[in-house]
Amino acid sequence: MLKIHALLLLLGVLMVSGCAPIKPWVKPYERNNLADPIMSFSRDPIEASYMHHVYQAREGAHGAEGGAGGGCGCN
Amino acid sequence: MGLKAALEAVVAVTRVGSKGRVIGFLTAALLLMANLGHSAVLPEDRADAMYHSYDGGGVTIDGPAVLVRKSVSDNVSISAEYYVDEISSASIDVMVLASPYSEERTQYSINADYLLNKTIISAGYTNSSENDYEADTYFLGVSQDFFGDLSTLSLTYSNGSDTVTSVIDDELREDADHQSYQVSWSQVVTKNLLMNFIYQVTTDEGFLRNPYRQTRYLDGFGGMAWEAENYPETRTSHAAAVRGRYFLPYRAALSFEYRRFNDTWEIDAYNLELGYTHPLGESWILEFKQRFYSQSAAVFYSDLFNTQGSGGRDFRARDKEMSDFESQSFGISVAYEFKTDWSKWLEKGSVNLSWTTIQFDYNNFRDASQTQFATGEEPLYSMDADVIRFFVSAWF
Repeated sequence: MLKIHALLLLLGVLMVSGCAPIKPWVKPYERNNLADPIMSFSRDPIEASYMHHVYQAREGAHGAEGGAGGGCGCN
Repeated sequence: MGLKAALEAVVAVTRVGSKGRVIGFLTAALLLMANLGHSAVLPEDRADAMYHSYDGGGVTIDGPAVLVRKSVSDNVSISAEYYVDEISSASIDVMVLASPYSEERTQYSINADYLLNKTIISAGYTNSSENDYEADTYFLGVSQDFFGDLSTLSLTYSNGSDTVTSVIDDELREDADHQSYQVSWSQVVTKNLLMNFIYQVTTDEGFLRNPYRQTRYLDGFGGMAWEAENYPETRTSHAAAVRGRYFLPYRAALSFEYRRFNDTWEIDAYNLELGYTHPLGESWILEFKQRFYSQSAAVFYSDLFNTQGSGGRDFRARDKEMSDFESQSFGISVAYEFKTDWSKWLEKGSVNLSWTTIQFDYNNFRDASQTQFATGEEPLYSMDADVIRFFVSAWF
């Protein structure tokens, strides 16, 4: 499974970097909205990692949470 | 040239053993990113101090957390976190078979981010310590912006080693090892829409159960008896998530997340989350979140087995986290941001309060503490929890 995903990832990156340079379709001067702190996926890392821990400790699922990585081994 | 080397490195990932696989994974990542160019930015310098509290199902867990991040040069930023869980448990498991107890978990983390040729290389170490559980986790990652900073690709490897002991069995001393590989792709889609895709594969090996938890079985005389759980010693899981944030014209943000999970224990889970962030004036930010989670049970889970186990040769679990259940969460946060013109070294500060309520409904985990019912006919268990975070942040 991992092999397939590693190769797919590689293929994807090869395809995009093999083409002519892509011109950014959102220009730097059009990124005011995206730069607003309310658009951050993890505005407060200390709170985000705590909430990941709250859910991980009580659910069978884990992984792909985003934000601060590492995790903790705790029962 | 670089792409060819990267291709060879990634192909090598698929051919070598565990240690070589990690090295290959990261080498490939570095080589690929060396091809892509453009800028990357280190995180902001800031400090956070938080009080956190969880109260639900007879369990209260609270304590402090402190996180400090500081640049030590133009291209190195380090962060350190101290985190404590003070646990007081009279959970359903404890009430059926044991006595309420208290314990403490302490966690230290240190991370470093290094900006090298427009790539960020991150490494970190976390230690988590309890009186019966010790865990050390390392991670290494690489991240880079490209396509004119419209995309960010991150690859992360983490490796954890745990030691499990028991306060009621001096003989017990077991190990558990965890490895995970994560690929994350963030994408500017339009001038108002950000997307993020993450895939993670995790392998767990060793002693993966809780040493105290018991399963129950029919004793053949109309009642029930209890015996220790028995889990497989390996588990491989896959998780994939898509997230988005959309900027609304009047300065507010909508967020969504969908995540799927499955593993070799046959747990199949998903969660869906919607959020809305609404600033009020220059200083206040309100946020609302609604989350739904659902999972199927592990193949070796049962609330009540028909017979006694075969001396550890069959796998058995009665952990409600392994059962078939749903949970629903609703959360609200309020943040107040203030300028710190009076300080020479502070840029700004904020005070934040968040509250989340979670309702858990179990579909095949029964409340065995209700002994007035016949065995196996007790009502299904459910519980709710309140989760509170209060924290102060400072940027400098």
